[in-house]
Amino acid sequence: MSVDQQPVIRIANGHRLTTNGREQNPCSLLIRNGRIEALGEQADQAEVDQTIDATGCMVTPGFTDLCCNLREPGAGQKGNIASETRAAAKGGYTTVCAAPDSSPVNDSGAVTHLIREVAANRSPINVLPLGAATRGLEGELLSDMVGLSAAGCVALSNGMSTVRNARILRRAMAYAQTFGFTLMLQPRNHALAADGFAHDGMVTTRLGLLGIPEVAETAAVSEMLLLAEETGVRLHLSQLSTARSVAMVADARARGVLVTADVAMHHLVFTEQALGGFDSRFHVLPPLRTEADRQGLLAGVRDGVIDAIVSQHQPHDSAAKRAPLAATEPGLSSIESVLSLGLGLVQKGELSEAHLIAALTKGPATVLGLTDNTLSVGEVADICVIDTRATWTPTATNILSAGKHVPVTSRPLPGVVRHTLCAGKTAWALA
Amino acid sequence: MTAYDPSAPSLQLTRDGQLKHFLTLDGLDRPLLTDILDTADSFIEVGERTIKNVPLLRGRTVVNLFFEASTRTRSTFELAAKRLSADVLNLDINTSATSKGESLSDTLLNLEAMASDMFVVRHSQSGAPHFIAESVTPGVAIINAGDGRHAHPTQAMLDMLTIRQHKHEFEGLRVAIVGDILHSRVARSQISALKTLGAKEVRVIAPATLLPTDVQSLGCNVEYDMTRGLEDIDVIIMLRLQRERMEGALLPSEREFYRLYGLSTEKLKLARPDAIVMHPGPINRGVEIESAVADGLQSVILNQVTNGIAIRMAVMSMAMSGQVAERSQAQSNALPKGINS
Repeated sequence: MSVDQQPVIRIANGHRLTTNGREQNPCSLLIRNGRIEALGEQADQAEVDQTIDATGCMVTPGFTDLCCNLREPGAGQKGNIASETRAAAKGGYTTVCAAPDSSPVNDSGAVTHLIREVAANRSPINVLPLGAATRGLEGELLSDMVGLSAAGCVALSNGMSTVRNARILRRAMAYAQTFGFTLMLQPRNHALAADGFAHDGMVTTRLGLLGIPEVAETAAVSEMLLLAEETGVRLHLSQLSTARSVAMVADARARGVLVTADVAMHHLVFTEQALGGFDSRFHVLPPLRTEADRQGLLAGVRDGVIDAIVSQHQPHDSAAKRAPLAATEPGLSSIESVLSLGLGLVQKGELSEAHLIAALTKGPATVLGLTDNTLSVGEVADICVIDTRATWTPTATNILSAGKHVPVTSRPLPGVVRHTLCAGKTAWALA
Repeated sequence: MTAYDPSAPSLQLTRDGQLKHFLTLDGLDRPLLTDILDTADSFIEVGERTIKNVPLLRGRTVVNLFFEASTRTRSTFELAAKRLSADVLNLDINTSATSKGESLSDTLLNLEAMASDMFVVRHSQSGAPHFIAESVTPGVAIINAGDGRHAHPTQAMLDMLTIRQHKHEFEGLRVAIVGDILHSRVARSQISALKTLGAKEVRVIAPATLLPTDVQSLGCNVEYDMTRGLEDIDVIIMLRLQRERMEGALLPSEREFYRLYGLSTEKLKLARPDAIVMHPGPINRGVEIESAVADGLQSVILNQVTNGIAIRMAVMSMAMSGQVAERSQAQSNALPKGINS
């Protein structure tokens, strides 16, 4: 091994997960210079610097997250690129898209460069910045989309903010379409959502909370789909929360509209009931909705209408969550729990292992126009080794993210990431 | 997968089912609510004596924490605490620490450090008393004196006491709640109490803009029309209408609201002849209720105010004894461990 070379690694006896599901027979992988060099017997016999024993484990491509808040620049008390990418690697991720909702907003090449530079030095995984679609995410003026793309932004997004004016939304789409950019939008009608922070329904009625009605999302989805159809933009709808939205996206796709969509893992697992005891952790945006919505979203993932499952990771300092519900900030520290919550759905029979992993790997890669990772010879070694039989219980001390408001703390969760390799280098290894 | 069972009573009850906080009526059973009413009945007698004090909270410090303005609720809580012989501290937080940027939890931790035994909390945000009881000062008894649109459990219980005095039992009663249900914490708590105590029907009467989504999920029937809505009704509860409701386009005008939903002498005749009229106050005469009805023979509005002191004495003394029981239990649990190790 010369100095500029990476160690040669063998992942021994794991079960690869391909599009056909988990392979019955174990298969070793040989990794040299950041790529998969050989498989099977050839990999078993090669001379290596390090062997990762993956006996009984599932070996999958590293996960890709379309929506992750790294809190840098601007909100150091909530987290930073180093802390949150380390947490992501522990969660099995090798690529995360950095949401543009930083401070300053990522609406200029300078901010994009800053994020990429810090990530190059501090992140064990790939960080792909998302550029702000409008300046300051204010929904009034277009950002320099071409400049952002040249600086390294992989797509444009309006983050957690809405574009209230339909005329500006239409122009943003037309401009993005001109240059072939993907536009990511969280569908929410600003006036209908108003100051709400929970699904307008049984729970808000009982608890006397201001609600966000279902139509706040579906009215925006409808508007966005019609405008996308007209402008021809590649539209990606971020964090759908209602069953109705899924049906509308399916319809639009059938008409030939270029639309993709994602859902946050917590919307597949929890419902409005999670807020029942005024639990501020579950103050998320869009809000957790009904069981029927959860079922509709799961069906969307199974049917492929929803391309990707995202973490929508939003780390906060404790003060941001330590207040009466209405005074707290939305978001969960979720990236370390996504896989385990997903495996919980697999155990309940609500999602297949293959669908889950596809929505964490192939689906988001396709949305970004990246090549699909199939764990074949010659591919970049972005790999995750998962012990699906092991369990772990999240606690304030074993959570690496600066945000400790994780969705589950009191009980063991299935699935432990034993090892994450990003381009052949160890990004996370279980001690 | 639910992270928290909303009906779980654990937060406000001790392990053996005693009240230790009083946050909401959801999850409290009929025997406990009846116990509160019976205890309040015994305090009504205290109020009629020349010396109105009993020593149940002697040496205890009760802090009235009003983050939102209130006259009646606050003064009845103060009187109730004084009749129980507690030391009372009134804090008007609007003009105090929070306006200097101190967080709610910091303010409360400071007050806890002053050895307070009970906080009576009114706050504009739903769930604020839950938050305090759960995360800030679990060793201090928290009494909810009204939080956002969520709950106003002592008001609902004094209304139940008033109903019981006039109707003797809840079984078979039909109760109408009229007006701005959407913004009313009182209505939510009343519906919960009436359902638990066994009322035959709770009917909410309002236009759709003043009703919460899925209001039927609370167990009540909905009626848009007051003429049909008052049929067979034994108890009419009128709610206060805030002026700002016109601005959000929830209602066109006060005049139209009064014509459709105001309780006039004429409309009162549609209910049962022995129906009683209630209002949690403060009353908007000529907006939701005609003066002649508010001051009429069927009105029990002033009884409600009198009962407020007795109910608050009952809840405060019960929660305090629950806290004391839990503290001594915690101490006796901790003791053997300390000796052995």
